[in-house]
Amino acid sequence: MGEISLEEKFQNTIDKESKIEPKDWMPDGYRKNLIRQISQHAHSEIIGMLPEGNWITRAPSLMRKVSLLAKVQDEAGHGLYLYSAMETLGLSRDESLEQLITGKAKYSSIFNYPTISWADIGAIGWLVDGAAIVNQVALQRTSYGPYARAMVKICKEESFHQRQGFEIMTNLAKGTKEQKEMAQNALNRFWWPSLMMFGPSDKDSTHSDQSLKWKIKRMTNDELRQEFVNKTIPQVEFLGLTVPDPDLKLNKKTGQYEFGAINWEEFYNVIKGRGPCNKERIAARTKAQKEGEWVKAAAKAYSAKKINRRNTKAA
Amino acid sequence: MKLSNLETFCLILADSNLILGHRLSEWCGHGPELEQDIALINVSLDLIGQSRSLYQHIAKNGETEDDIAYLRDAKDFKNHLLCEIPNGHFGDTIIRQFLYDSFHYFLLEGLTKCKNNFLRGYALKSIKEVQYHLKHSGNWSIRLGDGTNESHNKLQESLNNIWAYTPEMFELNTPEIQFYEKLGLNKDKIKNNWINHTNNVLREATLKIPESNWGQSGGKTGQHTEHLGFILAEMQHVRRSYPDAKNW
Repeated sequence: MGEISLEEKFQNTIDKESKIEPKDWMPDGYRKNLIRQISQHAHSEIIGMLPEGNWITRAPSLMRKVSLLAKVQDEAGHGLYLYSAMETLGLSRDESLEQLITGKAKYSSIFNYPTISWADIGAIGWLVDGAAIVNQVALQRTSYGPYARAMVKICKEESFHQRQGFEIMTNLAKGTKEQKEMAQNALNRFWWPSLMMFGPSDKDSTHSDQSLKWKIKRMTNDELRQEFVNKTIPQVEFLGLTVPDPDLKLNKKTGQYEFGAINWEEFYNVIKGRGPCNKERIAARTKAQKEGEWVKAAAKAYSAKKINRRNTKAA
Repeated sequence: MKLSNLETFCLILADSNLILGHRLSEWCGHGPELEQDIALINVSLDLIGQSRSLYQHIAKNGETEDDIAYLRDAKDFKNHLLCEIPNGHFGDTIIRQFLYDSFHYFLLEGLTKCKNNFLRGYALKSIKEVQYHLKHSGNWSIRLGDGTNESHNKLQESLNNIWAYTPEMFELNTPEIQFYEKLGLNKDKIKNNWINHTNNVLREATLKIPESNWGQSGGKTGQHTEHLGFILAEMQHVRRSYPDAKNW
């Protein structure tokens, strides 16, 4: 049997909506593409802990403080499931984290924007987790089993985060004049970067066609982005806030919100490392990993000693 | 503000939990491994959650838990000094945590049988969480103490540096002594349990307990280290900057 029939069999499994599992044969391209996407997703979870973690010590009430702590803890947990899903494809967590700090692996560029007010925590929960959900709900049907199953669990928690974020924004938008200004300002800064989270426009997306055929992705970037805008604009209106887009309007015929041009120059610059916080984010991860080395070495040495002692006792 | 003995007792515990929880939350995203990020956040969440129950219990005249946490200055905070000491490296954090967890655990164990209904219920609930904290910080103390030469030396230094903040846990002021008696809490038993447990774990960790028993104290009467002011400046900043804001 040649490789062609294996590939046909593989594609048949996907076409039948069955899942590909770790021990199944898969084309190299499929494996690479998935490793890239899952590790990018995992890295986004742990880099995302930084801008949000930035406000834990300053959260304006104890209730908000524990909710934010719990949220960031969930993100760390998502990172864990995703790294585990990635490891089933043959890349270890340590190798993958090394690729993150050397810049070889990417993460969602939204986290290269700073969180400069408490309202940013609301905006991130509402918009960034909101955008992530649109993407991840589609990914629950992705063709790779471990990834699809991780998504089911992650989606449940993300919807909870999104509700919390919206609740923070609601309290601010209905609060004092200063609180409302804080909310509007956060929306102004996070709106466009949130739309960019879905990635380049379909006509410019390099990985899209193959990913759709392999059902790694289930909807195109532009379709997902449109869904997010349609879902979010009524919420903006409910809050009595406005998005920083003079061209936004509802097309009554299609029922879709049409929006203005995205600044792709900004998007590509931020991806290439020239965003406001890229350097800080990578520096923080590098520091954590470097400073964690002696701890990991100690844990390893201790567990080796323990096994040794047990064997000596047994002998 | 004149405080009853119950209020003083609750504040010492609540402030200690809140401030230590705050310190642990500073680790968020910066831990040595993802698992440790999760674990430290978890302990932080438990401690802050416990402080909330205590604040809610002693709040009066329309005051809320947040008024107590956010609107007092350093001189009114009653936490043990140990809890406000900066995180340092992971080993410093682990040793600080282990020494506090041991105290916390045996105090709660005493409270589960005490004569105050609220504190008994509180302790029965909290001790389930704190037994995990103690296990976690104890296991890591052993792992790091008996790990590599580097980790052993680091941890011994962590222990030497923090040791002077341990006697304060058992140095009771007059209202506390009276309150311990009224509750039926045996201070000596808590202290002996603490000594036995810390000795056992630190011995297994191959660490040497510092000889000096000279201690720093003052936290419980509002005389703090230089660090607490900065913690509060950060923690209370948003809340105090927008005094008219009712909901967050």
